[in-house]
Amino acid sequence: MTLARNDDLHLVDLLDRLLAGGVVLTGDVTISLAGVDLVQISLRALISSVSTLVDE
Amino acid sequence: MADVLVYLYAVGGAELAESVAPGLTGVDGAPVRVVVDGRVGAVVSTVDPLHFGEDALQRNLEDLTWLAETARAHHAVVDAVSQRHPVAPLRMATVYLDDDNVRALLRRKNTAFTAVLDRIRGRREWGVKAFARLQPDVEPDRGAGDADLGPGAAYLLRKRISRERSARAQQNVEDAAAELHETSSAVAVASHLYPPQDPQLSGRQEHMVLNAAYLVGETDAAAFLDTVQTWYSPHIDHEVTGPWVPYSFATLEES
Repeated sequence: MTLARNDDLHLVDLLDRLLAGGVVLTGDVTISLAGVDLVQISLRALISSVSTLVDE
Repeated sequence: MADVLVYLYAVGGAELAESVAPGLTGVDGAPVRVVVDGRVGAVVSTVDPLHFGEDALQRNLEDLTWLAETARAHHAVVDAVSQRHPVAPLRMATVYLDDDNVRALLRRKNTAFTAVLDRIRGRREWGVKAFARLQPDVEPDRGAGDADLGPGAAYLLRKRISRERSARAQQNVEDAAAELHETSSAVAVASHLYPPQDPQLSGRQEHMVLNAAYLVGETDAAAFLDTVQTWYSPHIDHEVTGPWVPYSFATLEES
């Protein structure tokens, strides 16, 4: 059992909340963040980049 | 195309206008300000359509560096303003054309925003993630009964035992995750389950079996942490994150 520190936020925990949580409004600039599509897009970006991050 | 756009971080009471720290900056390093209508206010900053227009957003959201920077900037603003007042964070990349449209939004959704703020006031969110403990892949011993079996039958028997052990281990892990969720929920006001994170993203090899958020009263935080941290299972390993601004519980009731 570990307590992850707040200043050491895992990006993926943050994205869970920012892309799938929060109040959903129809902005004037419409990006379908409400749908699953965008999360998949983002995760695809993450997955493709994660190896680069690990290498650093 | 408009010269500038307005990016929204969170909605709270109108008193936000007096307490947003001067010098607080948000996405793209832009200064944060508050647009007020009546008793509600939105925390916003002015952004460049070249970065936050529709086409730009589609493109940028695919770019991990941009996504990470923007997510952290969004979170930093939400976290900072939430230290003083309850705020309902907005989903990332909510963008309006101008302040008038933001004011119109605040007026239109006034009741819904007030209800969200009432729900999260005095409460914080905690994350609990659990992972299956890696089990050593032990070949079943050759049992005494094997002597009576031919080599083929003994092999099949060992395979069957191995399969049954693995199914039992899986069941133990699932039961433990369900118990942890139940234990955590008992000390929380509400819970929200996210899909498990991919091992590539979680940074852990083990299979994630619980990815949950709990809304907990500030006065219950110590009890929540104590309950969750002392809970133990030989089958799963868990970790707590937070406290978070209640992102997972900032949802508008459909009117």
